[in-house]
Amino acid sequence: MLEIKNLTCGYTTKSILHDIEFKAEDGEFYGIIGPNGSGKTTFLRTISRILKPRKGAVLLDQQDIRKMGLKELARKMAFVPQSLEISRLTVEEFVLLGRIPYFSGLQFIESKEDYLKARQSMELTDVLHLKDVFIDQISGGERQLALIARALTQEPRLLLLDEPTSHLDISHQVKILDLLRRLNKELKITVMMVLHDLNLASEYCHKLVLINQGRIHRIGSPQEVLDYRIIEDVYKTIVVVENNPVSNKPYVLIVSEEARDAACLTAKARRKNGASRGKDAL
Amino acid sequence: MNKISLWLRWVLFCSLTVAGISLLSLSIGTAGIHIKKILPVLLNGQGTMEYSILFDIRLPRIILGFCIGGALSLAGVILQGIFRNPLVEPYTLGISGGAALGVCLNIVLKFHRSLGVFTLPLFGFLGAGCVILIIYSLNIKKGILKIQELLLTGVMLSFICSSLIMLIMSIVHSEDLHGIVFWIMGSLEEPNWAFIKISIGVSLLGLLASYGFCLDLNAFSLGEEEAIHLGVDTERTKRALFIIAALLIGYSVSVTGIIGFVGLVIPHLMRMLVGRDHRILLICSFLGGAAFLIICDTLARTIISPMELPVGVITGLLGGSLFVYTLAKKGTL
Repeated sequence: MLEIKNLTCGYTTKSILHDIEFKAEDGEFYGIIGPNGSGKTTFLRTISRILKPRKGAVLLDQQDIRKMGLKELARKMAFVPQSLEISRLTVEEFVLLGRIPYFSGLQFIESKEDYLKARQSMELTDVLHLKDVFIDQISGGERQLALIARALTQEPRLLLLDEPTSHLDISHQVKILDLLRRLNKELKITVMMVLHDLNLASEYCHKLVLINQGRIHRIGSPQEVLDYRIIEDVYKTIVVVENNPVSNKPYVLIVSEEARDAACLTAKARRKNGASRGKDAL
Repeated sequence: MNKISLWLRWVLFCSLTVAGISLLSLSIGTAGIHIKKILPVLLNGQGTMEYSILFDIRLPRIILGFCIGGALSLAGVILQGIFRNPLVEPYTLGISGGAALGVCLNIVLKFHRSLGVFTLPLFGFLGAGCVILIIYSLNIKKGILKIQELLLTGVMLSFICSSLIMLIMSIVHSEDLHGIVFWIMGSLEEPNWAFIKISIGVSLLGLLASYGFCLDLNAFSLGEEEAIHLGVDTERTKRALFIIAALLIGYSVSVTGIIGFVGLVIPHLMRMLVGRDHRILLICSFLGGAAFLIICDTLARTIISPMELPVGVITGLLGGSLFVYTLAKKGTL
């Protein structure tokens, strides 16, 4: 459904992304990972039409998104930002804003259908009980759910998310990502999200897109991408990759300097004793 | 639906307030005319002194107060909406400075004597137009209107204009000086019915045109990028709304001089009363601004009657203290 062709883009003078070729399958669940400053967010912002490409194009259903009407695009694709600017709206008013792309020329008031859709999205995201509460008075986790509810009200086929789980505790992280998986499975919404946490990305995403220095370094399943050699090469950090005993997905462990030094010493000592069974990560 | 009936009630309430205040304002003055007598006098009293007081002196001021109060307050809501800054008001952008400069030049060059009094608002509007053109063209790059930079340029131009006005005031004759000061303080006295009719047209057209963007303004409250994600053509919206607001301000200042505070205070008060949804906020701010300016003008011409206070003094005193009071009581914008 989404196709990115030969894309180069960036801000004022510097290019951030170079020669990106990418094709997203319908109904997939993508995680975009990469070090800080690698261009993950720029990648997402180019797809969501905030940034204009220098070269190349982003196609949605074979149509260049820059040639589509903004409202038409907003009916196919929704964006969930990392955080929300403070605004004094109730959750329901906020979620109803997602119906703006469906308003016709001289329509100023939401129709019954608009209310119904907003209600359904609030039910799905479990914020219906908060509908009359002001959005600046609910917790960070609930606000993230309200943001997703608004995006769902747009009835998108492609959902873009920019770090939906940052600053949330694990229970909310799991709640939000479980929800996204459900939406992906039940409503067949294609999901693309930027994630910093490699373990969350591994646990939830079908496919990972690893971006490094403005280029796509690797695309593949978590098992393929989260190889310790690839991660150490891209993040310049020593890691240990193990398998989650329950889900059998890889998870990435970091090692502190102290522990690394200690491990080195033991390894050396063992080598002296003839045994060379240091962790191959080191 | 629930929301719509609530909104209709607000509109009705504001309209009735405006109507009531207008009636009261018609009856109050140096020559008191009882409210019950107003309708008979207006209908059959042609030729009497009461008729001419009502029809030629008080009614035009009320209508003008309605239009200018509404227009300024509307411009305030629009600008606060697109700049997402609660401190922006019609006079921060330098448009009023441009209008004042235009009028000063006209007075100094004595065009209002040689060509007619109508050149005063004309020059005011030309001055406002120049400022609008300058700040607009300086801040539009590749079709993108840089909204925060525009605010800064506007503030700077406002300073430049007021410096030039002071320069002019320091070198003109005292007679011209009096004219300039009098004009700058602002007044709703406008003997020319043609201007009053134009004012009705301009302010109502402004309301109608900006209402077409009410949903876009709602989306704007989440930030420009969020508005794009919701399918709003932000560039078109910003440009159109800026031009609507600028024309409303330019016109208002050219006709009545500088009447401050309406465009800052009323939008905030209305937001507290009716909420932040621009679908209701635009209409209620317009009506609220209208009511507020009519009240202020009535006070201005009655407090030390038969003399008159500048209406800007009253709007500032009344609006400012009302605002500080509500803010202190509610503790939030």
